[in-house]
Amino acid sequence: MTTTPHQDAPAREGGEPGRPREVVLSLSGIHKRFGAVQALTDVRLEVAAGEVVALVGDNGAGKSTLVKVIAGVYQPDSGDIELSGRKVKVGGPRQAQDLGIATVFQDLALCDNLDVVANLFLGQERVKGGAIDEVAMEVEAWRLLRSLSAKIPSVRIPIAALSGGQRQTVAIARSLVGKPQVVMLDEPTAALGVAQTAEVLNLVERLRENGLGVILISHNMADVQAVADRIVVLRLGRNEAEFHTDEVTTTDLVAAITGASDNVVASRAARGKEQAHD
Amino acid sequence: MTESTVVKTSADQLDERLIANASDPLGILRAFWARLKGGDLGSLPVVFGLVVISIVFYVKEPVFLSSRNLVTITQFAAPVGIIALGIVLVLLLGEIDLSVGSVSGASAAVMAVQIVNSGRPVIIGILAGMLVGVVVGLVYAFLYTKLGVPSFVFSLAGLLAFQGVLLYVLGSDGTINLPSDSWLLDFARFKFLTGTASYVLVVLIGLAFLATRLLSQRSRTKAELSAPSTVSILVKAALLTGGLAYLTYYLNIGRGWSYLWLFFAALVVAMDFALRRTRWGRHVFAVGGNEEAARRSGIKVTRIYLSVFVGCSTLAAVGGILGAAQLTSVSQATGTTDTNLTAIAAAVIGGTSLFGGRGSAYSAMLGILVLVSISSGLNLIGVDSSVRFMVTGGVLLLAVAIDSVSRRARSSSGRG
Repeated sequence: MTTTPHQDAPAREGGEPGRPREVVLSLSGIHKRFGAVQALTDVRLEVAAGEVVALVGDNGAGKSTLVKVIAGVYQPDSGDIELSGRKVKVGGPRQAQDLGIATVFQDLALCDNLDVVANLFLGQERVKGGAIDEVAMEVEAWRLLRSLSAKIPSVRIPIAALSGGQRQTVAIARSLVGKPQVVMLDEPTAALGVAQTAEVLNLVERLRENGLGVILISHNMADVQAVADRIVVLRLGRNEAEFHTDEVTTTDLVAAITGASDNVVASRAARGKEQAHD
Repeated sequence: MTESTVVKTSADQLDERLIANASDPLGILRAFWARLKGGDLGSLPVVFGLVVISIVFYVKEPVFLSSRNLVTITQFAAPVGIIALGIVLVLLLGEIDLSVGSVSGASAAVMAVQIVNSGRPVIIGILAGMLVGVVVGLVYAFLYTKLGVPSFVFSLAGLLAFQGVLLYVLGSDGTINLPSDSWLLDFARFKFLTGTASYVLVVLIGLAFLATRLLSQRSRTKAELSAPSTVSILVKAALLTGGLAYLTYYLNIGRGWSYLWLFFAALVVAMDFALRRTRWGRHVFAVGGNEEAARRSGIKVTRIYLSVFVGCSTLAAVGGILGAAQLTSVSQATGTTDTNLTAIAAAVIGGTSLFGGRGSAYSAMLGILVLVSISSGLNLIGVDSSVRFMVTGGVLLLAVAIDSVSRRARSSSGRG
C-alpha cells in the first residue's frame, strides 16, 4: 500500500463545464498559538465558488481552530485571509457575517421556543413601520427553504417540534439569510440518523449548486467522500495532504489523517481486501 | 411532493405532511386539541379557572357577579396588574424579581413626599416615583450583567432594602395622606367611562381589530401565503365587539369601566404589541429561550436584560403610585404585605412560564383577575384573611404545577 498524496494540489481547473471556478476564500500562512501550543502552523486553504472543500483531521488537528479563525472568533497570529482576492481582516463573528462568511456551528444555536421564521431571521428581522414584517420574512423563509429543497412542513411551528435533520436544515438556511459567499458547516451530520444525514448531504450539494463555497468539517469519511470536491487533511496543525475526492480511497485518507500508512485501520482494510480477493 | 398538482395552494400549505388544514373548521379543532395534548396550554387553564371561580362564588353569594362588584374587582386589580405586567417581562427571560412590591412602595413614598412634604406638582411627584423604578432597574441590570449576581438574590436583597427605603422616606410620620383634590386621586378613584363614550370605545376597538386582521389577511394573500378567511375574521371581530359590548353594558349598570382599568388594559395591549411585533420583543423571547443562540445571532443580550429589568421596576413604580392614589395614602405597609407575591403569582397563574421564553402580556391581566376575584369572593362570603392567604398560596402552587407539567408534556411532544 503506497500513498502519494498530492502535497500541493491546485484547485481543479474548469471543474464542471459552464461553472467558473473563482476562488472566493483563500487563507495562506495562517499561524495561531495558544500559550505553549502551536495550534496552526503555516496553514493554507482555498475554496472556490461552487466547490465543497472538506476539512478533515484527527482530534486536535486544528480543524476547530481554523474554523474559528475563519469565523472571526479567533484572530490569527499571522497569515492572510483573502475574500474574492481582496485581503480582509475578520475582526469578529459579526464582521465575518458581514463579509459573507457564514458558519453553522455544531450546536446549531437555535431558539427552541421560537418558530422557524423567527429563528431564520433572529438578529436580522425585517422591520416595516416599527413592527416586524412577518409576511416578508415568511415569504423569504419559504424561498430559502425551497432553494435548499428542504422538507420543513410548516415555518410556523417551534423549532422544538423539528427533527435533528430539520433543525440542521433550519440552521443552514439561516446561514444563507445574509447572502454569504462561503458557508462553513461544523460537523453537520454528527448527531443524525442515516436518512437525515443523506438529507443534509443533499443540502450541501444544493449549496454548491447555488454557487457557494462550502467548507465541510467532518469526522465521517463516507460523508466527506460523498459530497466533497476536495479534501484537505490537517494533522497536528499543519497541512498534511490534499486530495481530489475522485482520486482518493478511504485508506489514503485515514493514512493522511493518522500520519502513517501502516496503522490499525489501514491494515484491517488491507486484510479485508485480501480476503475478498480469495 | 408533486408541486404541479398543488400549484394553487399557498406557499406555506404545500407540504403533504401538514395534517391540520387551517381553512377547515374540523382541522382547526384538531390542531387545537393537538396543541393542548402537547402541553401548549396558553391561557386556557386561567380562563377555565375564572369560570369556575365565578360559578362557585356566584352559587355561594350572588352579589359576587353583580355589576358593582365586578367594577370594584377591575378597579382594584389594575395597580397590582401593572406590577404583574413587569413580572411577565422578567419571567420571559427566565429571571425573577422578588422586590417589585417593595419598589412599588418606595416609589409611592417618594412620590408622596415630593407632593405633600415638598409641595411640588403632582406630575413631578409621579416622575420622581418612576425615576426610583428606573434607577432600581439600572442597578439590577448592572448586578446581573456585569457582576453575574443571580436575580433571585439581588431582588431578595432589594425586597428588604426598599422596604427600608420606604420607612426612611416616610420618616417619623409613618403615613402620608395624598391631597384629596389632586387629579391623580381623581383619576384612580372616581373616573369611569360609561354611557355612550364607553360604547364608542368598544366599537373603535372592534374596528381596529377588524382593520388590522383584514390588512394582515390582504398582505398575506398578496404574498401568496395562506390567510384566514374573511368570514372567520368577521366572526371573530363580531364576537369580540359583542362580548365587550355586553361587558360594558353590564358594568354600566354600576359605574362602568374605571379609567384605572382602561389604563392597565392599554398598557397590556401595548406590551403585547411590543413583545410579539417588535424586534425588541422577539429578542426578549430569544434570550429567554436560548441566551447563547441569541448572542451568536448578534442580539445585544446585555441591552435586553437592561431594558427588561428597567421595564419591570418602572412598571412596579407606576403600579405602586396608582395603588397609593387609589388608597389615598402611603403608609409603612404600602407594597409590603402581599403585593410581591400577588404580582408574581398573577403572572404565573396567567400562563407565563417560570422557565423563560414563554408567556404573554395578557397573562398579567388574566392572572390578576383570578387573584382579585378570589380575594373579593372570599371577602363576600365572610372568610377570614387567613383562609384568603392559604387559598391564594394554593392557587399559585396549582399554577406552577400546571406550568411544570405542561413543560414536561411539551418536551416529550416536541413543543419546546
